[in-house]
Amino acid sequence: MTQTKPRQPLLLDFEKPLVELEERIQQIRDLAAESGDGVDVSEQIRQLEARAAQLRQEIFRSLSPAQRLQLARHPRRPSTLDYIQAIGDDWMELHGDRVGSDDPALVGGIASIDGRSVVMLGHQKGRDTKDNVARNFGMASPGGYRKAMRLMEHANRFGMPILTFIDTPGAWAGLEAEHQGQGEAIAYNLREMFRLDVPIICTVIGEGGSGGALGIGVGDRLMMFEHAVYTVATPEACAAILWKDAGKAPQAAEALKITAWDLKELGILDRILPEPMGAAHSQPVEAADILKKAIVQTLAELDRMSAQERRQMRYQKFRRIGVFLEPSNGSGDGDR
Amino acid sequence: MSLFDWFANRRKSDPISHEQQEREISDGLWTKCEACSVLTYTKDLRANQMVCPECHHHHRVDSNERIRQLIDRDTWMPINEQIRPQDPLKFRDRKPYSDRLREYQDKTRLLDAVQTGLGEMDGFPVVLGVMDFSFMGGSMGSVVGEKLTRAIEYATLKRLPAIVVCTSGGARMQEGMLSLMQMAKISAALERHREARLLYVPILTHPTMGGVTASFAMLGDLIISEPKATIGFAGRRVIEQTLRQKLPDDFQSAEDLQKHGFVDAIVPRTQLKSTLVRLVRLHQPQEEETATHLIPLPHSLPIGMTGTTQG
Ligand SMILES: [Zn+2]
Repeated sequence: MTQTKPRQPLLLDFEKPLVELEERIQQIRDLAAESGDGVDVSEQIRQLEARAAQLRQEIFRSLSPAQRLQLARHPRRPSTLDYIQAIGDDWMELHGDRVGSDDPALVGGIASIDGRSVVMLGHQKGRDTKDNVARNFGMASPGGYRKAMRLMEHANRFGMPILTFIDTPGAWAGLEAEHQGQGEAIAYNLREMFRLDVPIICTVIGEGGSGGALGIGVGDRLMMFEHAVYTVATPEACAAILWKDAGKAPQAAEALKITAWDLKELGILDRILPEPMGAAHSQPVEAADILKKAIVQTLAELDRMSAQERRQMRYQKFRRIGVFLEPSNGSGDGDR
Repeated sequence: MSLFDWFANRRKSDPISHEQQEREISDGLWTKCEACSVLTYTKDLRANQMVCPECHHHHRVDSNERIRQLIDRDTWMPINEQIRPQDPLKFRDRKPYSDRLREYQDKTRLLDAVQTGLGEMDGFPVVLGVMDFSFMGGSMGSVVGEKLTRAIEYATLKRLPAIVVCTSGGARMQEGMLSLMQMAKISAALERHREARLLYVPILTHPTMGGVTASFAMLGDLIISEPKATIGFAGRRVIEQTLRQKLPDDFQSAEDLQKHGFVDAIVPRTQLKSTLVRLVRLHQPQEEETATHLIPLPHSLPIGMTGTTQG
């Protein structure tokens, strides 16, 4: 029998009714065990558990974009290193951009998946406040993007597929980052990732924020967990700029179309990865399993193409994105 | 006497009353420099490419003026002029995006924030893209992305140098993730242009920020900036708020970027065209290549260096 741990500080508003119900079930169990006079509460518990399951489904099915953003930023949500360690064998982290820095906010290395050598890399958020400060909350510096590119070049040389994991509020905005060329570092990756011959699969595991996310986000396939978000700017920043009121972030989250379903509809996302009931943080092992299966399957698809076909497809995948009107063609919306 | 002195003398020898001056500023006859407050005849200012003769402040120029400054007369051929923006997200902040688009289209007589085309610079054919800050702060949405991508693809096809005059606040948030993805799309086209060993030169003008800096503005074979242009990824205010410290005055200036190795040359606007012509000429295909591509040899091209040499 599992004991309900105190998880008050990590509780999201919309999870409250669910947790209250779970606590009641636990109380009834405890009472029955204490009294020990053979009162049968199993029927009552079964009913309550059925209700809890239904409630959970209702809550997670009708989440607003702002609520999904909360889930995507959940402190217990599995991070890049959690997933890498769960899905890879023989993992070895590699360090440094070879021009003077090693960014802890963007990690990478080599491992094998199903006996196949791969390079894996991604933004790394911290697991607690102290770790988060060390990881700069997953906001990478130019050195991080350069380390990523160096590892991707390595993968390309040795014919290893590249798996990137996106989980950042955005690239780091700081004096040093600007002086070291934050814009140049991201831009360079955007161009060079189109040049690589090996398969590239990018997965948004939590928060995909702006250019900082895209800097490791050019691939043959883009996948996203169902409660992950991917946005041009954080809803908070967008609200501050367009509404002149950071408090309007929930409206901005809605208007910006940041959920997996929105991005599928816009022709940006290839595949939505379902999360276990209660979201990835409540069942991280299952979430990693879903991710691994999707990666293995997608790699098999990409293996059937030649390097040249993949590069052509990668080009066309991004080439098609955009909605506009071109009267001479008489079409409703651009290339789509 | 230099051109600047000539302008200055002309202004001094032309005393007019205060009221008359005020009237003539509002008529647009005179322009007050936003940097040094000196009044210059608008016609003279335009003749000097909107650079203040007094303090050399580079006033903002729109895309039409920019094309006039850079491209030989009667050689400009716009491409993909008819592409118009849509409102794919049905975006609405304090105002619907579709209303904003219409207002800017009326105000600027442009359909979106970039013009692209083919033209000649002292007889050298180039593909040119010019962003326009007056259209929603030069923000990059689907139209900017598509037009620049097509222009670069055209340059690759025709084996021409590509030049893009950048000025932008960054991605256009009203088009959400579609805007962000334009960064990758344009970069993809630049990868092919580069692989074909063709010259790409972005010109960074005030201001060049955000997603534009983090894509085609920083991907030049050579990167040129106008003096004192603000160039950066994150906005100054955002950084000051996060770091809770005041940043140095020259932070994110073209000069600051050059000091850190991200800009090849800072070129005054009055020398921009002559500098570009010089670079294009220096990058003409070398002899063994010219045989296959049937491009005239460098020495058969006009010398055509105008203006003073760049220091
Ligand atoms: Zn002045």
